[in-house]
Amino acid sequence: MSEVKGNRILAVCSGCSIGKALDVEQLVQTIGGENEGLSCMQHPALCSEAGVQELQGAIEENAAGSVAVAACSPRVKVEQFRFDGSYIERVNLREQVAWVMDDGDEDTQACAEDQVRMALAKLASIKDVKPYIPEILSSEILVVGGGISGLHAAIEGAEAGYRVHLLEKGNRLGGYAGRIHRLLPAPGKNMELREPDIKLLSDRVKAHDGIDVYLESTVAGIEGEPGNFRVRLENAEKTKLTVGSVVLSTGWKPYKADNLSYLGYGQKGVLTLEEFEKHVEKDKVPDRVLFILCAGSRDKDHLPYCSSYCCTAALKQALYVREKNPNAQVYLVYRDIRTTGFQEGFYKMVQEDDAIFLTKGSIASVVSKNDVLQVIVKDSLLDDEVLIESEMVVLASGMVPNSSDELNLNYRLGKGIPQLEYDFSDSHFICFPYETRRTGIYASGTVRAPMDLESSAEDGAGAMMKAIQCVESVKRGEAVHPRSGDMTWPELYMERCTDCKRCTEECPFGAYDETEKGTPLSNPARCRRCGICVGSCPERVIGFSDYSINSVSAMIKSVSMPDEFDEKPRVLVFVCENDAYPALDAAGLHRLAYSPYVRIIPVRCLGSVNKVWISDALSHGYDGILQIGCKPGDDYQCHFIHGSELTEQRGENMQETLETMMLETERIQTSFVEITDHHKITEIINEYMEVLEDIGPNPFKSM
Amino acid sequence: MALQTLVIGGGISGITAAVELADAGQELVLLEKDAYLGGHVSQFNNYFPKLCPPSCGLEINYRRIRSNPRITFQTGAEVKSIAGVDGDFRVIVALKAEMINNSCTSCGLCAEVCPEERPFKLGRTKGEKAAYINNGLSFPAKYNIDPEYCKKEACGKCLEVCDYEAINLNALPTEVEFQAGKIILATGWSPYDASLIENYSYSDEADVLTNLEFERIMAACGRENKKLERPSDGKSPKRIAFVQCAGSRDENHLPYCSAVCCSASVKHALSLAESYPDITSEIFYIDLRLSGRNEKLLNKAEASSSVTLTKGKVGRIEHADGGVLLEVEDILKGKKRKDVFDMVVLATGLVCANPLPGLALNEAGFLKPIQEAGIYPASSCKRPMDVSTSVKDATATALKTMKRDHE
Repeated sequence: MSEVKGNRILAVCSGCSIGKALDVEQLVQTIGGENEGLSCMQHPALCSEAGVQELQGAIEENAAGSVAVAACSPRVKVEQFRFDGSYIERVNLREQVAWVMDDGDEDTQACAEDQVRMALAKLASIKDVKPYIPEILSSEILVVGGGISGLHAAIEGAEAGYRVHLLEKGNRLGGYAGRIHRLLPAPGKNMELREPDIKLLSDRVKAHDGIDVYLESTVAGIEGEPGNFRVRLENAEKTKLTVGSVVLSTGWKPYKADNLSYLGYGQKGVLTLEEFEKHVEKDKVPDRVLFILCAGSRDKDHLPYCSSYCCTAALKQALYVREKNPNAQVYLVYRDIRTTGFQEGFYKMVQEDDAIFLTKGSIASVVSKNDVLQVIVKDSLLDDEVLIESEMVVLASGMVPNSSDELNLNYRLGKGIPQLEYDFSDSHFICFPYETRRTGIYASGTVRAPMDLESSAEDGAGAMMKAIQCVESVKRGEAVHPRSGDMTWPELYMERCTDCKRCTEECPFGAYDETEKGTPLSNPARCRRCGICVGSCPERVIGFSDYSINSVSAMIKSVSMPDEFDEKPRVLVFVCENDAYPALDAAGLHRLAYSPYVRIIPVRCLGSVNKVWISDALSHGYDGILQIGCKPGDDYQCHFIHGSELTEQRGENMQETLETMMLETERIQTSFVEITDHHKITEIINEYMEVLEDIGPNPFKSM
Repeated sequence: MALQTLVIGGGISGITAAVELADAGQELVLLEKDAYLGGHVSQFNNYFPKLCPPSCGLEINYRRIRSNPRITFQTGAEVKSIAGVDGDFRVIVALKAEMINNSCTSCGLCAEVCPEERPFKLGRTKGEKAAYINNGLSFPAKYNIDPEYCKKEACGKCLEVCDYEAINLNALPTEVEFQAGKIILATGWSPYDASLIENYSYSDEADVLTNLEFERIMAACGRENKKLERPSDGKSPKRIAFVQCAGSRDENHLPYCSAVCCSASVKHALSLAESYPDITSEIFYIDLRLSGRNEKLLNKAEASSSVTLTKGKVGRIEHADGGVLLEVEDILKGKKRKDVFDMVVLATGLVCANPLPGLALNEAGFLKPIQEAGIYPASSCKRPMDVSTSVKDATATALKTMKRDHE
């Protein structure tokens, strides 16, 4: 990394009440006086055409490599303040100073000066960005699993012009979809069950020039990073591949029926949905069949979730019974019939059959007596308790995801992608369902969430879109979501590394592997640029070109510190730029006032805050440090998975450090907000100021 | 060089399709008819099942839009017609009068001096001016003038205070033509008109709301740091009824299930339980359809002392002294009930918001997945679906536009 070339300049806007809140002239003079040779400009509307032109002129005239734009939030006017070849650091004088602090007040002025100082300090300590692009680059994509989701991923990827390698451990393509008797009616058609069409799709896949199919093949190992994953296949040819990204579509298996003996499984005549699907292909159907829905699903002792496909599948099988044996009667005992969306029409059609009886209820027992199954149904719509005799009972048992360990990732953090709630390899994000925690590997279909065939097919295409996007982003040297387009990446100063393994353990995305000794091996294309490794490293050896231990330390130390008799406390606020920062901006827009004693530093994630920044702040004389980030916990919203949780854990260590320094533990506070908490975030700041007032100034202040 | 893709509709689906395509290297234009991107979800209180704010994910997407030069977006843009063929479409777009242009800095002075108010609508901020901004996280971050309530030149107060030449009160609507290789239709959904369900008294009773109105009220309460008030008299409600399948699964209205309303009502009830311990909710349902992992949300409701779940289709809703009377048969207890609630929220279903004639529709009025070559409908204009499914579908649909006409 090399220093940013060219000079620094400062451009201050006095529009949007900045000029009313501050003495801009004075600000420019003060800052100019402190920075010999710093070229400064001011403008009443810097974002206007005239303002931008003037700034462009100043950049050229001063051969400026970097510019501190002291105006509005970096979240607005992005296009206006984009100058090719110059690094722009935005100083948020509008939303986070002028709009929330008293006009013309010396404390407001001091806050603005410090925020500008911090920006200039940062600009003096950042390096040029040199994007990371792996030397070997592959645009080919590996799809693991040849069920309906994998087949759709493969065909859609190939039709978009990407070479696809489709892997299936069995001896045929089609997965579960290849084992079913009939498909649901097409929406809006004549409502007849359809012949399975998976063979058509399998044949298209096999015939496509852009797809290589490997049957009876599994993954023996994957190493490397997006753009350059090296894959070894376990098959007759021991194939080796280099691919850019991976789609995981290994599907599901039925819940273990042996666990359903309480519903009669193991007795003659009791089958599961899967078994019945095969049964109707060749065997006779008796005169009475009873379906038990949610067999082991929605049950905390078995599968706590709803498998979402079984209601429709059971209704479909009720029609098989009627088709095979027109004299048969069918009973369905359900908790709720979940035929969502247009499947409701199918449900209605099944209900119209007089020989199919549906009732809500729960099962008390299933007992075989003289080859007849006696089913006792409780709490039904018919009566408190009814006995139904049936020759056959079909258990609609649920869906269990297959393990993603089949990927055999040769990663420090394990063979698979993390399996979250109920073992699904999902992202846990509503807004970004494909964002798995292993960059470049995207889960699709039932390995990710319970879903039906139609949904699995769509999911294959969605995951393939992400896989293509990853390949293209890596080619440009850019990060993928959520810091899409970011060209910085973590560089390690290995001479000082002590092999403590914190970075390799704490990276939420498994970007680091390690040697046997424990030395981290960086895979920058796996990195999502959150900076959690920057926060984790006790030796402070990890940094990005514009976000490093030095750049933030320089910002912290650039603040002018009043002495303890001034009664002007200083609070350093680390604000997560994802949610807390926009919440502060919104507080500005709503003109919700907070203390002018804060000095705000946006961070990539709260988890990226290094302990040294906190000790730097305390020894520089800040009276308190406030860290504001996203909500942790089960319903977490941290875009980098566990940044806030790490901060809490590290906080416990920090408290001990404070105690050994004989400092009050209140000097550091961590708070969590949601992005809509603009009222709460101002309260957090103002209440913290009261806490600090009680404990008094930092004793290190005048040292 | 292939022509860019045109994404019509700037809600969560259109935004997703746009950012996913642009990150994959494609050039595109995103059109939105309203003044801000984000569609319905930008006015939502929270998402199920995490009860988290939609702005959190939207902000990430807005950042991706701001920083990606391959995306151009245009608000106030309504598509009039599509002509041409796959690979070479010509799309006529009506642009609303741009009374505030992109020079706006969102300084807010125009709204400060604006003497005209937009009439209060549920979920709108009380006293909002004709010059307004949606909320602190709106994108694009600029003010907008509601031409219906602005007195234009007769007033002109905003012109005097705007330092940025951002206002043109005489701006006129225009029409532009876009060329596009492929088109994604992400026009989304509208709520079913609740006044058509005559026995539910939606038109007559101020305290009978739709789920969407309730959603926006809850969001406005959070935004303005205010407590929930009943629309008729401003009192704090104590008992709220949620009426499921209001129009859905009903041959007289919508024969299909709208797929999101069960989870949404349970979400509302749990959000109320969290913020207002003194409010109790009762949800009246036919089936509780919280599929997949949303089951967990249902478990939370079952465990909450603030939420009651009652199986039964509500027959009638009418005025009562001090509240709203609801008639229902409790199916599991086998008895008829008449009960007065402070507020009633109708879980009205989703219908397709289709902007254009000539597209292939199914019998439910939604867009068929297969349209003319080169035109791809995405997400909830195809069938009712929740946010996560919409994002997934939009991502999958985006890939279809990248299909190469090889061979």
